[in-house]
Amino acid sequence: MAESGVTGVPEGCPGICTEQAGKASPCQGCPNQASCASGQTQGPDPAVEQIKERLDGVRYKVLVLSGKGGVGKSTLTAQLAFGIASDESKQVAVLDIDICGPSMPRILGLDGEQVHQSGSGWSPVYSEDGIALMSTAFLLSSAADAVIWRGPKKNGLIKQFLRDVDWGETDYLNVDTPPGTSDEHLSTVQLLSAAKIDGAVVVTTPQEAALQDVRKEVDFCRKLKLPVIGVVENMSVFVCPKCKNESQIFPPTSGGAEKMCHDMGLDLLGKVPLDPRIARCCDEGRPFLTEVPDSPACTAYRAIVQRVQRFCEVKLEEPKAMD
Amino acid sequence: MASNDDDDDGLQKRVRCVLLVLSGKGGVGKSSVSAQLALSFLSLGKKVGLLDADLCGPSVPLMIGAHGKNVQRGPNGWLPVRAGPSSSLSLMSVAFLLSNKDDAIVWRGPKKTALIKQFLSDVQWGDLDILIVDTPPGTSDEHLAVLEGLRGHPVCSALLVTTPQAVSVGDVRRELTFCRKTGTKVLGIVENMSGFVCPHCAECTNIFSQGGGESLAKECDIRFLGRVPLDPSLALTLDKDRDFSCAATEGPAEAALHHIAEILLQEMNEDAKVAQTS
Repeated sequence: MAESGVTGVPEGCPGICTEQAGKASPCQGCPNQASCASGQTQGPDPAVEQIKERLDGVRYKVLVLSGKGGVGKSTLTAQLAFGIASDESKQVAVLDIDICGPSMPRILGLDGEQVHQSGSGWSPVYSEDGIALMSTAFLLSSAADAVIWRGPKKNGLIKQFLRDVDWGETDYLNVDTPPGTSDEHLSTVQLLSAAKIDGAVVVTTPQEAALQDVRKEVDFCRKLKLPVIGVVENMSVFVCPKCKNESQIFPPTSGGAEKMCHDMGLDLLGKVPLDPRIARCCDEGRPFLTEVPDSPACTAYRAIVQRVQRFCEVKLEEPKAMD
Repeated sequence: MASNDDDDDGLQKRVRCVLLVLSGKGGVGKSSVSAQLALSFLSLGKKVGLLDADLCGPSVPLMIGAHGKNVQRGPNGWLPVRAGPSSSLSLMSVAFLLSNKDDAIVWRGPKKTALIKQFLSDVQWGDLDILIVDTPPGTSDEHLAVLEGLRGHPVCSALLVTTPQAVSVGDVRRELTFCRKTGTKVLGIVENMSGFVCPHCAECTNIFSQGGGESLAKECDIRFLGRVPLDPSLALTLDKDRDFSCAATEGPAEAALHHIAEILLQEMNEDAKVAQTS
């Protein structure tokens, strides 16, 4: 792990914003114990304002969320980035806050790259298509390195990513998140509270086992007053490449994303069929959208990209039209 | 039934083996594999407990058909929910503690750590042959809490689940590093969602690539326990309230997992014998 400001966090740190800050047993001997115990850390985090300034040149910020793992958050984040960046006038950036399981570098074809430091902060790594990416994977010395960190340390790194990365003038910053509703998500939303997140895209697969977790994520968005742009149903149907018949591999036993959207008053942005070529493109770091442009999955992705862009760009001009 | 021993000793003495189901990656089938293995162990005549350590996305209750049940409080702590065939499986999950099933648990690490430790120390698991612990993706708070809560149980080993894709294998490689750093024995790797046989023409398509789990096992010198095919019928049974009376109709995924359960049982038995004699 590259040396950074978060390496000195003691094992078992209760978190600087908690009531236990500075008072718990792991705080003994921590250089920050006195300032934590004094309660001055309880106030608004000065980083929130710093982040707002840092992200001044970023027009739209989109979060990609799902309560469930492995539903295709990173794949969707990548397709969103590729899709928006296909318009050459648009600059797109991706921030991978899945600290324990960063997959964006591989999907964007940037495996094994390293981050560079410049006078204006950390420089993101740029893909062939000009997409800027920042990920923990760039800070690891080997691909097998595990980031065995507890919450407070993960939060410290996310703060650094948001505050210290020099994104430059950027149209879209897409944030890829880990599964769940915990440290990474809370920190990101809180740290971006002044910089404002435009909305979240929630990703699911059709089966109830995924939907039940995704409903929790929607509850999370509502609790934190984060606008939900809409829901994407991934892995909807599978079309056999040989006989062209459709199969439902993850059967929508409870009505799939469509019913959930209806029940919860959300927009369904699209359904993406299972296509083995998507997995292959992700593994090899190639853009699926240009690789197999005429496939049904591509058509679905393109429509989703358009709807996300419309949500962000129209909202600014005529806020009333979004009711 | 209550032992007078410390809580610490309860789990150490009364649970013979602990099996952690791990994967760096989400959605690879940890919970499905955990649920299926629990049922296979039961059918092999073992006393089985299943702890769902995924606090933000608990899926085990749905898969065991114990959705919507509540935990009872006994004199010495929480009583696990009884589920599965003739209520023989002891189950604990955060889902049993929520008043509304769609409520999000928006908790930071320390709170999650506390609840997991409570699950291990305050739940009256009783005498068990095997306690399976289903974990969330990653290598963070929950995982460390489970290992700390078990306090060096003599027979505590891990099963790694992956899908064949390189993206998933990459995360599992990190999980393996976690096991090595924490000194957790790895029993083997299961490659889940490996190939889909079209029900119309019997053509097998590798939707999530192929071979990733096996090559990782070879590269890291770990036992490869086998492939489990993508099987919509298993997804279907795991999604609905299960009827355990007609468990005889086994699909290819269930058969593969049952075979893996037999191998795991043998391994754990040997480890338990070694632990007893030493």
